[in-house]
Amino acid sequence: MEEKFIIDLKEALEIEEHEVALTDKFRDYEEWDSLNRLSLIAMLDDEYGVQIENKEFEALITVADLINKIK
Amino acid sequence: MAKLQFDNIGITAMAGCVPANKIDNYQFTEYFPADVVKDVVDKVGVFERRVANAETCASDLCFAAANRLIEDNNINRDEIDALFFISQTADYRMPATAITLQHRLGLPSTTLAFDVNLGCSGFVYGLSLAYSYMQQPELKKVLLLDGETRTKAYSFKDRTTGFIFGDAGIAALIEKNESFGKSFFSLNSDGSRHELIKIDAGGYRKPSTCETVAEKVVDEHGNIRSEEQGYMQGADVFNFVLREVPKDIKKTLTLAETVKEEIDFFVFHQANSFMNQYLSKKLKLDSDKVPTTIEKFGNTSSVSIPITMISELKDKLVENRKLLLCGFGVGLSWATAIINTDHCKISEIVEI
Repeated sequence: MEEKFIIDLKEALEIEEHEVALTDKFRDYEEWDSLNRLSLIAMLDDEYGVQIENKEFEALITVADLINKIK
Repeated sequence: MAKLQFDNIGITAMAGCVPANKIDNYQFTEYFPADVVKDVVDKVGVFERRVANAETCASDLCFAAANRLIEDNNINRDEIDALFFISQTADYRMPATAITLQHRLGLPSTTLAFDVNLGCSGFVYGLSLAYSYMQQPELKKVLLLDGETRTKAYSFKDRTTGFIFGDAGIAALIEKNESFGKSFFSLNSDGSRHELIKIDAGGYRKPSTCETVAEKVVDEHGNIRSEEQGYMQGADVFNFVLREVPKDIKKTLTLAETVKEEIDFFVFHQANSFMNQYLSKKLKLDSDKVPTTIEKFGNTSSVSIPITMISELKDKLVENRKLLLCGFGVGLSWATAIINTDHCKISEIVEI
């Protein structure tokens, strides 16, 4: 689950070359912007059938938070 | 539950108008550096768009389209019973622009005319209105005008909205004919999300002041707009579209007792190419059946569905065709229709 999610996340955010750790704050990635946010939404919907509204999303800080949300 | 059905009513003619002034989005580097512009344009997929000059209103685009439609089809202006103007960029706060257009187009004073204030869902709503009036035995011709100068409602200095929007206007003629068969509509609203796409000031809730027209930096990215310019919470709008739109499309297919394989063309509101491509993928649609104009006209709000029909389906609606139309956005408001076309006469797009 975690491994697959990290692969999906790297693809969505176009950060395939990076090492991604569960403790990473994904908003701190250099590539993070409002357009990558759309890619993340599409990935969460497509791969995990999950839609996270903005208010809830603001509370998610790390990669681990995202994984907990889709579990 | 707003599910509507109609018999033997349809669109017999359409015409569109866009401003001649064309913006090449990759070259639109007045407010942002070229690398930022490239990133945004690559993702939203709007390569060109049309922008009206200071003197041109949505009504002027519709006026030119309506005249083209009337002339190309030799319509007697005295036979037009109703005129609806769909827009959120009207000429004045009062009177209704539809009424000024009744006069400008030389329609008789027996014509009923009013405005409808809706955005991206507006064409489908407008069509349902035209079809509803057309059920009256005395009415023969309804003129549906749908125009937007959305580029005037947003800030070019805000990269979240500054590269997406374009301007356009259309005219559609709605009449009765037995060859149209049945049509189906599903119309929806969610006012709890009215703050997702909004212009805060300039209405009566927050009237215009020196303060509301002042440009301000609104976020950590340095985007600039005034309170009288629109904003959009794109991520939540996208979430809403993913949740509601496929559901509404399925519901309307069920209502029409048909399946997606029977639909010849799916014409969606052209929001941005990322959202539209994802929607097509999620619904597993064949791209040949999903015409797009986002790349050349941008997001023209309510006009995006009909301008896509006019631009991309001009010669394809001669035969009997089944279309699914779906508009979604500001309100939030969303609407789906399944309609049949038969010998729909589509004029060349006018440029002014």
